[in-house]
Amino acid sequence: MNDTMTVRNVRDAFRARTRSAAETCRDALARIERLDPQLHAFNTIVADRALARAESIDRHFDRWRHAPLAGVPVALKDNLCTRGLRTTASSRILERFVPPYDATVVARLETAGAVIVGKTNCDEFAMGSSNENSAFGPTRNPWAVDRTPGGSSGGSAAAVAAGMAPLALGSDTGGSVRQPACLCGVVGLKPTYGRVSRYGLIAFGSSLDQIGPMTRSVGDAATVLAVIAGEDPADATSAPEPVPDYASALEQGGGDIRGSRIGVPWSLLDQGVDADVRRAIDAALQVLRARGATLVNVDLPHAKHAIAVYYLVATAEASSNLARYDGVRYGYRADCTELRAMYAKTRAQGFGPEVKRRIMLGTYVLSAGYYDAYYLKAQQVRTLILRDYEHAFGGPHAVDVIAMPTSPTAAFRLGERVSDPLQMYLADIFTVSANLAGLPAISVPCGFTADQLPVGLQLTGRRFDEATLLRVADAYERDTAWWTQHPPIARR
Amino acid sequence: MPSGFTRDEVAAIAALAHLELDASEIDLFARQLGEVLAYAAEVQQIDTTGVAPTASVVTRHAADRPDAVRPSLDRAEALANAPDAAVEAGLFKVPRVMG
Repeated sequence: MNDTMTVRNVRDAFRARTRSAAETCRDALARIERLDPQLHAFNTIVADRALARAESIDRHFDRWRHAPLAGVPVALKDNLCTRGLRTTASSRILERFVPPYDATVVARLETAGAVIVGKTNCDEFAMGSSNENSAFGPTRNPWAVDRTPGGSSGGSAAAVAAGMAPLALGSDTGGSVRQPACLCGVVGLKPTYGRVSRYGLIAFGSSLDQIGPMTRSVGDAATVLAVIAGEDPADATSAPEPVPDYASALEQGGGDIRGSRIGVPWSLLDQGVDADVRRAIDAALQVLRARGATLVNVDLPHAKHAIAVYYLVATAEASSNLARYDGVRYGYRADCTELRAMYAKTRAQGFGPEVKRRIMLGTYVLSAGYYDAYYLKAQQVRTLILRDYEHAFGGPHAVDVIAMPTSPTAAFRLGERVSDPLQMYLADIFTVSANLAGLPAISVPCGFTADQLPVGLQLTGRRFDEATLLRVADAYERDTAWWTQHPPIARR
Repeated sequence: MPSGFTRDEVAAIAALAHLELDASEIDLFARQLGEVLAYAAEVQQIDTTGVAPTASVVTRHAADRPDAVRPSLDRAEALANAPDAAVEAGLFKVPRVMG
């Protein structure tokens, strides 16, 4: 039955009283119990808490019947603070950290009736593209357990792909929602910077981080975005723009994208994109064209520098953000009798190799004598990348969305890239620009490679125009069945 | 621009970051940081004359709010995750600062 478990099916069944929140919750927990030993999507599973909450929702049916996510099981990336529930960021340094408050998104999900089933595995502090940087061991891809689910929100993607929950939240600093969604064959949305409050998200790159939903369908992503979006006094970067009813707009729109202009940066697609991925993207573009959209070439001349800019800016911000882990107020502390040595040993023993690498890189690019050459320069090129997008989305030849692959390859094998950080970074080529420019972007399933590994189409939109982004993605989904495919491991 | 780092340079960065590295980590990072920076140095070839840096894409800030006293984290809760705390006294504790 779980093969049709979507957010809206679960909620509608609850409303119609054809399936209780507790029944749905028990199914999700049974799935987790059966599959998680193989997939390791979760760091923490809260079966009792989830079931108690679901039963409470059932007992108070009238109070919850109109809630947008009533009874919907949700898996939360383990870098989102949950009051009273261990939150580790998949790091030894936070292995026993129990937050005294909820992230704003967590509070909003629960107010909307969602039921937290657990905290998902990720790359340590969300730094990585494969989940192999988790201090607790990698998550495995449900489509091929010898392969990565992507990262950093790999546990969230695997949980949704394997039907362990119809909804997960991830965070996306350089593609960490979209790339694992792509590699696991689910939908992943990174909202506009500022669209969703970051309060209670363990910070990595504060000018880039954004929380987003991972779901089976575009309509589900729309439903969840409306719940988590909106201004929050606790996050000064959250935006006051009104939050439309995204899901109703999709229903009313009926998948009509006639006259839409879809930009394609063809020159970017000519290099380094796997042939199977390219074929799937070309076919996806034809689906959009058949629905009445016009494909337009767009130039993003500075996009090829996005990786360089990203790894200078993100590591600089990370080195600053992670200075707080000093063994004093929370987290792991090394046994030491002198303060400065305690800091250095705590951080040496608490952080894994990739986190140390990025702290080192960020510290270097911010240090006296190199700041102008690296960090300032990267910020200037960031402006040029932003202008490329403004140009594409503005003026007389403006496009409505820009389409490209989410990842240049399908899921790679675990262990294949761990010894070469630069090669791992280069795979983020199509995703980091949206973070640098603060734009919303979505990955939707658009086919499979010859090896039966999922491929994802990425659409990028104007600032705060998630509505258009979702409309195009929804139109695509209406004419394709990729999103209904389930990995063999999750079939019954 | 550095195509590689010396062990001393890596150790100096680690000291700035309050990060103790062992000998093998210093060797590894000397090589890997050099490789990543050699790649990232491509930004230096781009003409950015007169281009303002972007530190944040936020265009409007709600910087002002009423300076009203509001409830905040309870002291015991604030101390609950501390590796070593004098809960009764309401203090975090650290090892001695002076040698």
